[in-house]
Amino acid sequence: MALTGVEIFKLLPKTNCKKCGFPTCLAFAMKLAQRQASLDLCPDVSEEARQKLGEASAPPVRPITLGTGENAVKMGEETVLFRHDKRFVNPCVFALGIKDTLSSEEIEKKINEVRNSVIDRVGQKLKIDAIALLNDSGGPEKFENAAKILSEKAPEIPVILCTTNLSAAEVSTKLYSDRKPVLYGANAGNLEDMSGIAKNYKATLGIAASTGGLNELSELTEKVKKLGVEDIVIDPGARKAKEILEHNTLIRRAAIKKNFKPLGYPIITFAQREDNLLETLFAALGVAKYSSIIVLSSIERWKNLALFTLRQNIYTDPQVPMQVEQKIYKIGEPTEESPLLITTNFSLTYFIVSGEVENSKVASYLAVMDCEGLSVLTAWAAGKFTASKIAQFIKESGIEGSIKHRELIIPGYVAILSGSIEDKLEGWKVTVGPREANGIPAFMKSRMK
Amino acid sequence: MAFIPPKETYPGRVYSVSIGTGQKEITVGGENVLPFHSFEGAFSNRPLIAYEIHDVPPSDWPESVQKPYLDVCANPVSWAKYCQDILNAKAIALRLIGTHPDRENRSSEDAAKTVKEVIDSIDIPLIILGSNHTEKDSSVLIAAAEASKDRNCIIGKAQEANYKTIAAAAIANNHKLIAMSELDINLSKQLNILITQMGFDKEKIIIDPMCSALGYGLEYTYSVMERIRLAGLAQNDPTMQQPILGDVGMYVWKVKETIADEKDVPLWGNTEERGIAWEAVTAVSMLIAGAEILVMRHPKAIEAVEKMIDELM
Repeated sequence: MALTGVEIFKLLPKTNCKKCGFPTCLAFAMKLAQRQASLDLCPDVSEEARQKLGEASAPPVRPITLGTGENAVKMGEETVLFRHDKRFVNPCVFALGIKDTLSSEEIEKKINEVRNSVIDRVGQKLKIDAIALLNDSGGPEKFENAAKILSEKAPEIPVILCTTNLSAAEVSTKLYSDRKPVLYGANAGNLEDMSGIAKNYKATLGIAASTGGLNELSELTEKVKKLGVEDIVIDPGARKAKEILEHNTLIRRAAIKKNFKPLGYPIITFAQREDNLLETLFAALGVAKYSSIIVLSSIERWKNLALFTLRQNIYTDPQVPMQVEQKIYKIGEPTEESPLLITTNFSLTYFIVSGEVENSKVASYLAVMDCEGLSVLTAWAAGKFTASKIAQFIKESGIEGSIKHRELIIPGYVAILSGSIEDKLEGWKVTVGPREANGIPAFMKSRMK
Repeated sequence: MAFIPPKETYPGRVYSVSIGTGQKEITVGGENVLPFHSFEGAFSNRPLIAYEIHDVPPSDWPESVQKPYLDVCANPVSWAKYCQDILNAKAIALRLIGTHPDRENRSSEDAAKTVKEVIDSIDIPLIILGSNHTEKDSSVLIAAAEASKDRNCIIGKAQEANYKTIAAAAIANNHKLIAMSELDINLSKQLNILITQMGFDKEKIIIDPMCSALGYGLEYTYSVMERIRLAGLAQNDPTMQQPILGDVGMYVWKVKETIADEKDVPLWGNTEERGIAWEAVTAVSMLIAGAEILVMRHPKAIEAVEKMIDELM
């Protein structure tokens, strides 16, 4: 945990000289604790204090970037254990595992699967972020060959090179020397050589514990750091769900609550399973519980959609509502006679209302109005879902050109607005719909009669 | 630097709640740690998954989840027996959806008859759910509670608008009670307090903080469940120490991702596998967040989640 203002204050000169621009050392300490000021502003701070404060101000989970350019992904930088405390920062990376025993055609096919994995959801482009090349052959030739194919055919996709073979590690990492790969496979037996390769080619080093668990892992990261490698991802070696939960939780806690630096790194989890559905659930555990890289054995579209959505849900900022774009959405294939309903652009409101309209099996237009992501009642209370704003939105939306009728269905919770909307929207009739979305199917059915 | 595992112990503990009778009685809850954190405390009772069945044929279920039950779902008794005897269900959740005024509008007497028939045909624990119509549920659940008297069921859901009658029925007939509120830890706590003020034993309540499907507010349910567990364990709040129920299937099998045909949304992949994964991923997320009881629909999703629980226990 970062130091508190009072703890920082104890390390300052306590002269209240004001040279930093703050009235007292205590005020300066408080700003430092909130990371709103830099220690450099104090000309008189001791070297000892500088060192202590420097360590304390480093993020508890080291920020690491995988890959370069547009497809680079950031990992680490997490500050909490529970998402309700503060947003989880960097969404985990999904990587497709590719075995080096595959033919070059098969590898290219997998590359295309990764490239075509992009799905748009609530305005975000979600995708498989990386490829993990696996040294199933055990030797260097096939691995080097496969790395060459990836490097040439898919230069833009970040890679995790998984091998314990030094020759394979050297050749493949060299291919990616300017592209921030992860070289995964350092262990107690090959630590120095693997560190040398990672350092030479500026790769992030993936360290795996064998049977020694987190204690062994801590020792390994410290050794690697002494060898000059700072960018590290860690694998506690667990493969069972129960152990993954235990290890990931203890690692995140040690980093965040104890500021234990030897485990303050992103975690890599290998989720591959024979049973594809179980693998999906395994990956879900990683998403919820602190994995930064999750390696998968296959990336079917149904599986991607479920995992991407979970990642999006878990990493959503709990204080900022998800929003959808303001526009008139078509549900089914509406005609010029189809009903027009209006609601706000809080993503949950939109999803639920559009889902229920869909369930009603009546093709409709759904006008979704930008209310800064607030739900209907909240938006109304905050003055963002008002008669004049609704009238303006309907006029400007151009819906009048698509429908013959002039009837607007409003949420039951804002029934009070019906009169004033009719005043402001000339020639229109306002109908009050149900208060809750689950009343929509019955409401629509009753209108058909 | 030596690594000392930062284990945590908590002053609070989740109440152990038993449901059902005889040899098939099941206990959930009882842990004094966060979900599956057996490395630092006791997490000995396995979360329970109940198979959801209806009092009327599930015409509103998407095809992929109707399919496994096509031969049995015309009759709730054959449906329940199929789940117990063929699918090895550990519990059944009978939802009396046919009593909803917008559905078949079945009477309380009809509902009670169905409950009686179902409970007499199985020996595993039964959860009895209304149609979520607060007024109708009051009368339906009273009748259902009487029809299953002394069989130690869970009945629900009691909400702010109707908890008095339903809680009274649970007391009179020796059942556990689901207290449901809408995605807000404070509302959940308040409802638990109101129910216990009626003289209802706080250790016989099951919390339903309202489930949501993956992609449709899952993060809200997830965080409310985590906060309820932390309030019960870390703050030792006796009004937040009940087992939590996740009504997963009902929320999952109505979203587009579980229904849309692959032909219409080729980017989403196989419809059936997508639906099963949607339910299973939602369920596992709820378990990790703190749910001890799940109500689910697709046998393959349940099977996969049970395997996951095996590995987490």
